[in-house]
Amino acid sequence: MTIEQISVFVENKPGKLAEVTALLGGAGIDLRALSIADTEKFGILRLIVSEPARALEVLRAADYVGSVTPVLAVSLADAPGSLAGVLRVLADAGINLEYLYAFITRQAGHAYVVLRVTDNARAAAVFAAAGVATATRAEIFA
Amino acid sequence: MNYFQEDMERASRETMRDLQSARLTETVRRVYANVAYYRRLMDARGVTPADIRSVDDLPKLPFLTKDDLRDAYPYGLLAAPLAETVRIQSTSGTTGRRVVAFYTQADIDLWEECCARAIIAAGGRRHDVVHVCYGYGLFTGGPGLNGGSHKVGALTLPMSSGNTERQIQFMIDLGATILCCTPSYAAFLAETIIEKGLRDKINLKAGIFGAEAWSEEMRRDIEEKLGLKAYDIYGLTEISGPGVSFECGEQTGLHVNEDHFLVECIDPDTGETLPEGEKGELVFTSISKKAFPLLRYRTRDICVLSRRPCSCGRTLIKMSKPMGRSDDMLIIRGVNVFPSQIETVLLNCGFPPNYQIILDRVNYTDTFEVQVEMTPEMFSDTVRDIAAKEADLLNSLKSMLGISPKVTLTAPRSIARSEGKAVRVIDKRKV
Repeated sequence: MTIEQISVFVENKPGKLAEVTALLGGAGIDLRALSIADTEKFGILRLIVSEPARALEVLRAADYVGSVTPVLAVSLADAPGSLAGVLRVLADAGINLEYLYAFITRQAGHAYVVLRVTDNARAAAVFAAAGVATATRAEIFA
Repeated sequence: MNYFQEDMERASRETMRDLQSARLTETVRRVYANVAYYRRLMDARGVTPADIRSVDDLPKLPFLTKDDLRDAYPYGLLAAPLAETVRIQSTSGTTGRRVVAFYTQADIDLWEECCARAIIAAGGRRHDVVHVCYGYGLFTGGPGLNGGSHKVGALTLPMSSGNTERQIQFMIDLGATILCCTPSYAAFLAETIIEKGLRDKINLKAGIFGAEAWSEEMRRDIEEKLGLKAYDIYGLTEISGPGVSFECGEQTGLHVNEDHFLVECIDPDTGETLPEGEKGELVFTSISKKAFPLLRYRTRDICVLSRRPCSCGRTLIKMSKPMGRSDDMLIIRGVNVFPSQIETVLLNCGFPPNYQIILDRVNYTDTFEVQVEMTPEMFSDTVRDIAAKEADLLNSLKSMLGISPKVTLTAPRSIARSEGKAVRVIDKRKV
């Protein structure tokens, strides 16, 4: 029910993001979603990629620091209010949300939201109980 | 009257030597009898108080280093009874390198008299208004010049550091005539005063600037901007504080108050005493102090000594401005920093000791950046976690060093290494 996200430390310098994406592209790794959290001095790049373990290997070989984090991906109807409903489920259960980012796939009418919460198992349980569908890796890369 | 204690400042060589010899032999006898640490050092070198009969015997004594002061912390070198000891001062910093110096009332008096000599040499008199914005507290800068100004009988403004607006307000309102602070703060004040268009409201005639290295260019710049004459002052907490030596109107070196502090210049590698005029490490022996007299204390400051007659009439030996260090100590915004301290903090905070210190001088103020390499252990996918570790590191550095660096996390292996060995310090400051 969780999927693997890779997170990478990037210095806040021109060309760093281009370098990371070029490395992954050169290794034939497919990017499905990406978000960057940046501070004045550094950024954390978060990626949903086709082969997380190999992607991280490629980046580490080029002196990048990163890690694999299990996150939840939720599939949403591409309609107003659907994200609010999902967030309400988390809020009602008192589950903390660290960050989220959204993306769409080739499937029409669907959007995905990647959620990083403090407790994946509990979040998955409350989603199941509320009828919110979590997506698998196979579904995202279909 | 251009001297505070003319009999000492203009003493003949013979008078000074006799006085120095008497004070040295008395001090050696006293510390040997009262301080186990000195007894051990002297016994190890096979020297007894009886071997020290004049200043010529000084080289027979063992050296004392900062490591000795650390080993003896806190009371191991205290030479006076606690009942007679009234004050401590301390160097900025740290568990590893903390130095605590003790003073009896007489020690404070002689230290303040040394500062008074500096103020008088800078043209200070009873009717002057002396604005002191060195830090007060454990740092010797504020208390030293404050006390010196009192001895002169001048009106003293104990401003301490910080709050530039208020500094300028008091300086103008009270008509300060003499400014005492670090040269970089003087330069910063000058910039601010000019920016605010207050230059013609300033009444300063002299500045006494010390606790960090500064160039002749910087001196001329401050003098021009503030319309004053800038005098250098030198000192170290271990020996007493500011006023170990001071500049006169000739501005060609600092007169050492050698009736209290014997100075030698040695080869830092061999420990041999160097002939006058040769560049070497300064070594001080405090011969008048009761609570914390140090024998042959190695300062690590590289200087040249000169006995050429001075136009000011003082016969006190002159030292050049310090030209560098014989160890890796950095002086940043007047504060002593050792790279090893930064290493200790990094290890304590869970960072690897892969770091680089980058120093620069922007608008005459030191900038201080510590770059640290990110590691898999320190990494997290949330900004909050990394920011918390960064803040923890910053706070630990601040409390260890006494000044606040800018902390930058960098990519692994991004810190420059030369021939496999990491370059720890990049000092872009031009002094």
